[in-house]
Amino acid sequence: MGALNIVTYIFIVIGLFFNVVGCIGLNRFPDVYTRLHAATKCTTFGSIFLIMAVIVQSVGIWAMEGALSSQSILSIHAVIALVALLITNATGAHAIARAAHRSGEKPARAVVDDLEGKDIDD
Amino acid sequence: MMWWLPAAIVMAVCMLACIARIFIGPGAPTRLVAFDTTNTLVVALLVILALMFNQVVFVDVAIVYAVLSFIMTLYVARFIEGKKF
Amino acid sequence: MRFLVTAIVAYLLYLLLTIGSGTLLLWNAAELIIGAIFALVVAALVKNRYLKRSLRMLNPVRWFIWFIYLFPFLFAMAQANVDVAYRVLTGRINPGIVKISPKLKTDMALTILANSITLTPGTLSINVDEETNDLYVHWINVKPEVLKEMPRDYHPICNSFPDWARRIAG
Repeated sequence: MGALNIVTYIFIVIGLFFNVVGCIGLNRFPDVYTRLHAATKCTTFGSIFLIMAVIVQSVGIWAMEGALSSQSILSIHAVIALVALLITNATGAHAIARAAHRSGEKPARAVVDDLEGKDIDD
Repeated sequence: MMWWLPAAIVMAVCMLACIARIFIGPGAPTRLVAFDTTNTLVVALLVILALMFNQVVFVDVAIVYAVLSFIMTLYVARFIEGKKF
Repeated sequence: MRFLVTAIVAYLLYLLLTIGSGTLLLWNAAELIIGAIFALVVAALVKNRYLKRSLRMLNPVRWFIWFIYLFPFLFAMAQANVDVAYRVLTGRINPGIVKISPKLKTDMALTILANSITLTPGTLSINVDEETNDLYVHWINVKPEVLKEMPRDYHPICNSFPDWARRIAG
């Protein structure tokens, strides 16, 4: 149980660090696109590590209690939540970035903009 | 005792920072980014609370919340683009 | 065929969500029957949207390549997060939007590439030109040597992910 607890603590610390960095970046960067960088990457990564900490812990309890533990359902459903989060976050960021560019947000301090003035229909 | 309660408190503080960005803005896309970030944090917090209180239902709520918030993000993004649905 | 594949995928997802609910294997009888009915209804409704034209993603070789691809992808993702954390804490950014032409043919490959780009170092896909399959990418730290020539070299921007996407779904 000791090794599992150490792994859980490490995962919690990594996850919380990246979540906090994501929130700082959201409040610190100058425009929508850079904020999306911070928010999407850091909070997705941090949340993955927090959910993995939960999975490690509940699998540990499951192994201790035997096959008919309620922790088995919890860990399997946590894996499903992890996959749902991974797939939906990247796609959502994509949709927000496209909407921001179509609504006329300019990237702040940009050195190059290949998409400038183009309006691509779908 | 594990560190679940401090972790949950730190997550709540992060969510407050994101909600502050929703109110400050500027502009609809920035608010949508902040809202999407808040949704991700809510999903992670729900999974942590499920283990803290030993309730499997919380994880089911987290799955449904993740999928529904994704659909809501897509719809609001379409709305900001100014297109018909 | 498309109907059958969609129904099976939906049924497997339902079984995964209701695992451990009874004594008949791992499920109880009511869950199994209701899940089958719902899977058939869902498959009848969405089969033309879920699988567009071909069934080429059923090939297990492609799944195996996808599984191998996870390892460089996860490594790049960890690298990306350390990089973004560094930029958040120091505030050094040099952003810009660049156009890359990965020459991918299928929608699935383009989706895999766009999601990979969003989750890996310093880049975020913004828009896609559906006629020429070009991607427009927001890059947080533009390197000046890429800006010299017009068909941009994609290796400094997104490693060799287009090659992986072509191998998985091309």
